[in-house]
Amino acid sequence: MNEDTAVGLYGVKLVYHEPARETLAVDGLDLNVRRGEFVSIVGPSGCGKTSVLSLIAGLFEPSGGEVTVLGGKPREAGSRVGYMLQRDELLEWRTIEKNALLGLEVRRGLTPETRAKTLALLEKYGLGEFRRSYPSALSGGMRQRAALVRTLALEPELLLLDEPFSALDYQTRLILEDEVRAAIKLGGYTAILVTHDISEAIAMSDRVAVFSGRPARVRREFNVDIDGSAFERRSSPEFARLFDGIWKELRA
Amino acid sequence: MSAEHKLYLKRLKRNAALKRAAQLILLVVLLGAWEAAVRLDLADPFIVSSPARVVRTVASLYSSNDLFPHILTTFLETVAGFVSGTAIGVLIAVLLWFCPFAESVLDPYLVVLNALPKIALGPILIVWVGAGAEAIIVMALLVSTVVTVMTVLAGFMETEPAKLKLMNTLGANRLQTFTKVVLPGSVPTLMSALKISVGMSWVGVIVGEYLVSKRGLGYLIVYGGQVFKLDLVMASIVILCILAAIMYYAVAALEKVIDRRFGRSE
Repeated sequence: MNEDTAVGLYGVKLVYHEPARETLAVDGLDLNVRRGEFVSIVGPSGCGKTSVLSLIAGLFEPSGGEVTVLGGKPREAGSRVGYMLQRDELLEWRTIEKNALLGLEVRRGLTPETRAKTLALLEKYGLGEFRRSYPSALSGGMRQRAALVRTLALEPELLLLDEPFSALDYQTRLILEDEVRAAIKLGGYTAILVTHDISEAIAMSDRVAVFSGRPARVRREFNVDIDGSAFERRSSPEFARLFDGIWKELRA
Repeated sequence: MSAEHKLYLKRLKRNAALKRAAQLILLVVLLGAWEAAVRLDLADPFIVSSPARVVRTVASLYSSNDLFPHILTTFLETVAGFVSGTAIGVLIAVLLWFCPFAESVLDPYLVVLNALPKIALGPILIVWVGAGAEAIIVMALLVSTVVTVMTVLAGFMETEPAKLKLMNTLGANRLQTFTKVVLPGSVPTLMSALKISVGMSWVGVIVGEYLVSKRGLGYLIVYGGQVFKLDLVMASIVILCILAAIMYYAVAALEKVIDRRFGRSE
């Protein structure tokens, strides 16, 4: 492990226990994510991609191997890790502003400064005029932006994105991929995106790790050397080549 | 606003007015049929009473200064049973949510308590807390508490797992998860629990009054039945209907206020 490592998974194993059976979800998984790097994880559905994010977030402990996050144990990382879920999970009884401040409230980090910063983030993502609206008044894209602000408000160093665009329509999805990639690159965040969408993985990240079926391990990694925004990357010839490569790897 | 939308709103309004009118007409028809049946000698007023006799009975109760003490007794017992029963019920539900192990242990006991007709406990209550208003309030409390625990706890348990995961990823402790997600998310359930609890408190109080009391509407009903004064029985039931409806609508109004406060207004 070196200084440059933001997330390290070393020979990680994860077993799920149910009364009827035990499932080996992850076995012998090695993955290294450098600081400031954006890595996507793609793999067959049900291969344990989300479990890997949960391990990194410290939501549960690995059955074997070691997980390090920002130089320590996952649980110690606290608010330095931000998590974006598949759906926005906004609380319907809170205004957009109060939803965005939820993390700060929970972490007891709500001060006039952090509030002002969060409000500025809402403005930046076009949610300024909806500050006092309830989530039900917003479109799916706006709601997911509010969820992004809720995550960024805690000023994390590492972002874990668990298929955060899967519930959106295609057009909104492309726009948000663009915005989120820009935000991550601009903010210098380290990010790990779990997705089943190969093109999303290539458009957004610096590296794509292809997982095998259960038990999950890294099958092959692809470096994405394309400049530009997520949207621009999609029209590059290199994009098509990578797509082909990853697709073949997934089907192999 | 387009002419079409105006027409739509107008039709909506007319339907609502029509509904109200039909409800009123139904009431008048029922009362009229009741009164007519007696006047036309189709039914014996001694057995079925009549709207006019009910009004006369209420008036005579009022002039002998008996009306309001009876109403007040029953009303206060119900409010006391409802408030304490709901408070205790919600408190128990909260404690059980915080201790899943206790919840799993106590579950079958709750089920049995819920299934048990609480009326069966009447004699025990009389022996334990005395044959007075206390026994009646405890009866109302018992009836409303158990159903409140069951309903409210079920509401807490229905919190979406993804919302719990969200709080987990934000590093929330169990208390924060409860106050910020589980409790506000259960407001609709709490409200329907209140509505059920109000009804249950009336059941508890009237049953309690049947058993022990010397005052109150339940007492008037039993007494009227025993001395064959069906006018008194009917009059008490009518008053009870009005009281129960008032209390139900008070809770419904409270629900609306809270809904608006939580941004759930439709």
